[in-house]
Amino acid sequence: MIANLPDSPVLRRSLALAPALIIIGVFMLIPMVVMAIFSFLEAKSFGGVVWNFSGSAYIQLLYERMLDDSLRLSPGYLIIIARSFLLAFVAMVCCLIVGFPVAYFISRQPIQHRNMWVLLITIPFWTNQLVRTFAWIIILGRNGVIEAPFRFAGLLGADETLGLMYSDFAITVGLTYTFIPLMVLPIYASLEKLDFSLVEAAADLYSSRWEAFSKVIIPLAKPGIIAGCLLVFIPSLGAFIQPDLLGGGKKLMLGTLVQFQFSTARNWPFGSAIAMILLAFVMLFLILYARAARNAKAMDLH
Amino acid sequence: MAVQVDVPPLAAPVRKTEKRRAFGEVPGLATLAFGFLVFLYLPIAVLVVYSFNAGNIVMVWTGFSTDWYAKAFANEDIRKATLNSLIVAVSATAIATTCATLAALALARGGSFRGKVVSLGVITLPLMVPEIVTAVAMLVFFANLGLNLGLGNVILAHTTFCIPFAFMPIRARLEGMDTTLEQASRDLYASDWETFRLVTLPLLMPGVLAGAMLSFVISMDDFIITLMVAGAGDTTLPVYIYSMIRQGITPEVNAVSSILLLFSILIVTAYWFTTRQKPGAKSH
Repeated sequence: MIANLPDSPVLRRSLALAPALIIIGVFMLIPMVVMAIFSFLEAKSFGGVVWNFSGSAYIQLLYERMLDDSLRLSPGYLIIIARSFLLAFVAMVCCLIVGFPVAYFISRQPIQHRNMWVLLITIPFWTNQLVRTFAWIIILGRNGVIEAPFRFAGLLGADETLGLMYSDFAITVGLTYTFIPLMVLPIYASLEKLDFSLVEAAADLYSSRWEAFSKVIIPLAKPGIIAGCLLVFIPSLGAFIQPDLLGGGKKLMLGTLVQFQFSTARNWPFGSAIAMILLAFVMLFLILYARAARNAKAMDLH
Repeated sequence: MAVQVDVPPLAAPVRKTEKRRAFGEVPGLATLAFGFLVFLYLPIAVLVVYSFNAGNIVMVWTGFSTDWYAKAFANEDIRKATLNSLIVAVSATAIATTCATLAALALARGGSFRGKVVSLGVITLPLMVPEIVTAVAMLVFFANLGLNLGLGNVILAHTTFCIPFAFMPIRARLEGMDTTLEQASRDLYASDWETFRLVTLPLLMPGVLAGAMLSFVISMDDFIITLMVAGAGDTTLPVYIYSMIRQGITPEVNAVSSILLLFSILIVTAYWFTTRQKPGAKSH
């Protein structure tokens, strides 16, 4: 085969970049623009849209239209947004409380052990999220692993349940379980680079353990902590599988609300509007993070 | 009068290094770390254990049996869903890895040019946008275009979000690669194509392989985007598992799930050993 690469480096570069950019552009960027437009249209009864420009989808988030066409403030959807933020935040804090000490422990291990630990933490993360969340139904559910001993001991009657499933608690457990590797790994990455002689210096200078921790280790691990928090918080905020399987139909989060609008309610503009709001929050956090990372870098250079 | 004095036992002289190590060590940390591993793996273990339950209610253990695996293998729908999953994953991986390799070469070897940052942003976009948003955007797009290629729709969707996963290890490999061999090849009058085929590509291969494995796992595991995009006959394995969970849980779900888990674990472990740098490998 005689292959002639184009002579011009510009042409060559453009041709090489084109397939990836075209695929993502056509099947992701354009669909997102279409969705943004749809969020400003009116809903057709069984899915689809009427091409009437209107902000009604966004108004629906806050207000309920009464029979006499007046609007009444309705907190229902705001509660779902608040729950999404609250549960994502609690999951993030749980991940941090458990993840930081674990990351610290791994960073203090000999190098061969460290790699083994990282592999062990990575494996569950790459296995199917749906399946791993399903496993928690078997653990938390009615007659599940946790309830079984209570039943056996006669502490729980046949009709009784501890009520662990289909609750905010179950969702939080699911989110923490799913995303905790994303907290441990970046913190570990920053702790591993940490020069431990700095901590020894603090010890030599009569600092207490707490001072060495809060004034030496934490500031140096900060980039990893911020990255970890973001990597847990963002996917938790838009999670679908965990609230869907572990929260049941009543404990909705943003992700399940969006899916519900497209599958069951068939209100495309409203679903698009919620998706846009979720996207806006995520982009806001990413921009804040990028800015914080840039500032930290600028500080380093001084 | 003898005065009883408690003499503290002489403290053994502590060597400074030992004292330092003790300073950095927190008691109970090892316990916590191993407890964390239990937390990570126990649910998976429970899932697998109950797949061997003889009874037809998952959580009531009645005895050991492999019947549910036999049943799962004999289930026509599961076989079809698995086949769909494999077709989608193989196609999406092949297309995504090719595109990602080309894009990585352009970005890592193309010098600096206008639009480089934007291109990088577009390629990594699927990593930043929440999956559910991608899912409904694609649903709206496909539905309005009337694009109905059956499994083709799913392959297109998977290719899109697999590109960044294939791209990252390939780019990392390219940036870590020494360019002197490529220069030497050109000095020895190899054409650009020969240099690429005989020098760059073989050196890049571990990165390409890693990228391909990542996209394969990502595609095999994807659930929410497939759920929104796939038509009725184009169910993949995770979507089928979801519908099984919805209908009521039998150990058959556990059996299918265990097979899927095992599959991912094998690929991820293989990925790990492909990308792991051997000590001193970089010094060549």
